[in-house]
Amino acid sequence: MSTVTTGTGSPKRRLGDLVFANLTRAAGLTILIALAGVGIFLTVEGIPAFGAGPDDLKGHSNLLTYVAPLVFGTLLAAVIALLIAVPLALGVALSISHYAPRRIAAGVGYLVDLLAAVPSVVYGLWGIAVLGPKLVPVYKWLASHFDWIPFFAGPASNTGRTIFTASIVLALMVLPIVTAITREIFAQTPRLNEEAALALGATRWEMIRLAVLPYGRSGIVSAAMLGLGRALGETMAVAMVLSASGVVTWNLISATNPSTIAANIALTFADATGTARNALIASGLVLFLITFVVNFSARAIVSRYEPGSK
Amino acid sequence: MAKSIDVSDLNIYYGDFLAVEGVNMTITARSVTALIGPSGCGKSTFLRTLNRMHEVIPGARVEGKVLVDGQSLYDSAVDPVEVRRMVGMVFQRPNPFPTMSIYENVLAGLRLNNKKLSKSDADAVVEKALRGANLWNEVKDRLTKPGMGLSGGQQQRLCIARAIAVEPQILLMDEPCSALDPISTSAIEDLIHELKEQYTIVIVTHNMQQAARVSEDTAFFNLAGAGKPGRLVEMNPTKKIFSVPDEEATEAYISGRFG
Repeated sequence: MSTVTTGTGSPKRRLGDLVFANLTRAAGLTILIALAGVGIFLTVEGIPAFGAGPDDLKGHSNLLTYVAPLVFGTLLAAVIALLIAVPLALGVALSISHYAPRRIAAGVGYLVDLLAAVPSVVYGLWGIAVLGPKLVPVYKWLASHFDWIPFFAGPASNTGRTIFTASIVLALMVLPIVTAITREIFAQTPRLNEEAALALGATRWEMIRLAVLPYGRSGIVSAAMLGLGRALGETMAVAMVLSASGVVTWNLISATNPSTIAANIALTFADATGTARNALIASGLVLFLITFVVNFSARAIVSRYEPGSK
Repeated sequence: MAKSIDVSDLNIYYGDFLAVEGVNMTITARSVTALIGPSGCGKSTFLRTLNRMHEVIPGARVEGKVLVDGQSLYDSAVDPVEVRRMVGMVFQRPNPFPTMSIYENVLAGLRLNNKKLSKSDADAVVEKALRGANLWNEVKDRLTKPGMGLSGGQQQRLCIARAIAVEPQILLMDEPCSALDPISTSAIEDLIHELKEQYTIVIVTHNMQQAARVSEDTAFFNLAGAGKPGRLVEMNPTKKIFSVPDEEATEAYISGRFG
């Protein structure tokens, strides 16, 4: 028999239940411990960097002026990536959930999921070898016609390894997760709400606007935030594609580009020693905090959209 | 405004499966016609062919004719979207748009038809539709609150207000009271009595007392047998159906000796 009685006279506790409850509890605790461990490591190792001088900070006078341009580059690349990826992902998700014939939709959905399985090194290679060079003429055209817009002030990069190229690569990497989540949400739109719209004489698009998008609103926000999290932390592809010089600029198509925290760490950590290493870890702590803030604000937004829901 | 419906030799298919066979029916304008019958007999399916809502299901199609005041609904030149703007529908469970206020819910159909609507016109439409649905007095002070905050019966009347706000010619109701308590049901039935002054109403119901209370004519649907298509057994004035029906099957069903 696999049952035991506890000595306290409380209702009988079954062994299987007890074991399973403790296993799940342990799994939950592991996450908390891992997260705390990472946070403690980053803080402890990052603190010495506050006293770092220009020698360890690539010429910057203190940690703040060292990290700030990296934060700028990280946010810029991630936000541009999202601006490209979210509308595209919504389109893909809607075509899969509401437009394409079922068999084709399944195939397309599968292909989009496959995008997530492509290693980021491959995206990086593709960005350098294919996308960058192809975009050079586009950048030159933008620089000569739209140089009055700060984003396209030029002079255009000759290699195409700009922050805009990096953002497009990031957008492709973010696309699968945003598509997958929004597709699931759209597919779950209650039939009843869709029929309410159709019965009023809504066209397919009007039905989507009336029933599907409002229902999926919080899902879209959380999908975008998860995508943002991925774009913020993505390292390899950005490190490979971007020809970074660590400046702060809104110019998206020139040869001098801001770097990102993750790419900067990946490119310089191996050669860094002493306090320079601490400075990189401190920048990692900043990235950690940014992703935390992103996730919390995502939750805040989602709960604001759904009053009364848990 | 209200229109009559003529259905002749209507077969309804889902893919290759014949769901409802050979329906011939005339539905009078400005009256209530009830569709009764056991579950799965095709009465809801038939109802949905009257505003082409069954086409939402892939593979669904019909053969035969549905004429609304002589005009065919299934003419190749007819846009199903136009049909649904002319034929309103109320569903089994109340389905207000969850993110919209009461006010916006009532206007949803109108906003589709005609984007530009002055504030005073919109206010007038909302009040008229909500009064028409006997809901105005209960919600006039909280029009900006979400429609989902109302009780089930109020939500269903909100859905009726939404359907009549576009002034359709026909109103289809698919078991509108099956998710409601008796008091809300009675409120909806009173409303149906008022609405038939202006609209042609077709209502599917499982509740035979309800059919007897609200309708002028009743159509009894039944399956010809397991796996066979549903068909119209008998259609007659409600008084006759519930006292001396022509068919024995109808008598058996309404007296509870089904089979």
